[in-house]
Amino acid sequence: MTEQFEPTIIGFTCNWCSYRAADLAGTARMKYAPNVRLIRMMCSGRLDPTFVLRALSGGADGVMVTGCHPGECHYIEQNYKALRRFLLLQRVLVGMGIEPQRVKLVWASAAEGAKFAAETTAFVEEIRALGPLNWGKADDVPQTADDIQAAIEQGVDQKEAVS
Amino acid sequence: MTTPKPKFAMYWAASCGGCEIAVLNTHEKILDVDANFDVVFWPVAMDAKYKDVEAMEDGSILLTLFNGGIRNDENEHIAKLLRRKSQIMVAFGSCACEGCIPGLANLSPVGDIVHTAFNTLTTDNPHEIYPRTSYDVPEGELHIPKLAKILRPLDDMVDVDYYMPGCPPESHQIAAVIDLVIKVVKGEAELPPKGSVIGVGDSTVCEECPRTRNVKTIKYFKRIQDVAPVDPDLCLLEQGIPCNGPATRSGCNARCPSAGAQCIGCYGPAEGVIDYGARLITAFASVIDAQEPEEIERILDGIPDPAGQMYRFNLAGSLLKANREAWKAK
Repeated sequence: MTEQFEPTIIGFTCNWCSYRAADLAGTARMKYAPNVRLIRMMCSGRLDPTFVLRALSGGADGVMVTGCHPGECHYIEQNYKALRRFLLLQRVLVGMGIEPQRVKLVWASAAEGAKFAAETTAFVEEIRALGPLNWGKADDVPQTADDIQAAIEQGVDQKEAVS
Repeated sequence: MTTPKPKFAMYWAASCGGCEIAVLNTHEKILDVDANFDVVFWPVAMDAKYKDVEAMEDGSILLTLFNGGIRNDENEHIAKLLRRKSQIMVAFGSCACEGCIPGLANLSPVGDIVHTAFNTLTTDNPHEIYPRTSYDVPEGELHIPKLAKILRPLDDMVDVDYYMPGCPPESHQIAAVIDLVIKVVKGEAELPPKGSVIGVGDSTVCEECPRTRNVKTIKYFKRIQDVAPVDPDLCLLEQGIPCNGPATRSGCNARCPSAGAQCIGCYGPAEGVIDYGARLITAFASVIDAQEPEEIERILDGIPDPAGQMYRFNLAGSLLKANREAWKAK
């Protein structure tokens, strides 16, 4: 494959800080990777982990969640809730065989357009290095009886190679 | 002789047989089933052949209770067959609804599953004998069902009319559903809208739980056997025991928490919940009393198997459905 893999990133930004950081990056004409599709929420505490799972299972290669810096949440402490959800979600993703780095949490204030741009670009490169996720799509092809028999034998072969 | 009785079928796919026990646990209500239905196919309870079902007219069975997930091509064949022959198809029990415990096998590639099954501590397999899906004998070719790479809930395979969760569904709920269907047959009641979840409550297990609930602030998670003594009247989650009640649909009268054990989530996602694990992550994250990442991580260390905890009954029915390695097996 000669063409460079362009990751699809879904970004969830909070209305009060990080979305404004993205806005600032835009009005200041800062250059950053165009791979991220931003969805604005009122607060990072609104982030239901369902959104992240829906994004990953629906074709996203990575998800970026951004919120106000700790202690600066417009709703007092909901970004701490987002942090706890994020850390627990990462652990669940590891159990599902997904690299935890595919989900990233970034704090950015309304003044930090440059930080938002830099973090976004860095995240896109990290995901590019990890490669496509392709959840349940490319791999989810109807299979023949021979495929299954091969899978069983392959699994057995792998175990034998280890032991 | 009056008009023939409507036909009833029950089938088990990838399941344990507990759903059948739960149906029999309705005690004398089972006689009502016999009095009002002609049981045409129920492999656990009576002898019948697949070819008998294949010979039936399409739509000739009124009610089929289908328990078990779809793990192999035999499960798939019978699910499609019974769907064609049945007017009302009920995904009966957690396995058919959302994969249940057999669905946890979706955490492993199919080859590993087979290898593990034939090399357990109690299985001596010195000649490395593994099942072959077909085998030639003098009389012809023999087949055993072929495993699919992941287990799927029933509605991944066929159209499902109603869902009845639970591992197994509570017998009083089964009895209520049997009563309803009999009334419908007699023209005394109407069926609920297609796609309904039946035999359940409309809230969470917490709503039915008799334990006292306060504002929860958790500094640790511990497995229930490591908490001594367990307060018999206080919310288990408040005591740091990972209880799945907040995400789980009501309908069981909170049997486990009432008996002193944590809810493990067998009634599946509460009304309106798309992904059971996501709801549970939200619930657990909300009650942790910590703001520093290091301390949060220390508290989360108390949940040794996060994927298993969040999706014990729901993995195959979740948004991700299976571990990446299981998806990739080919």
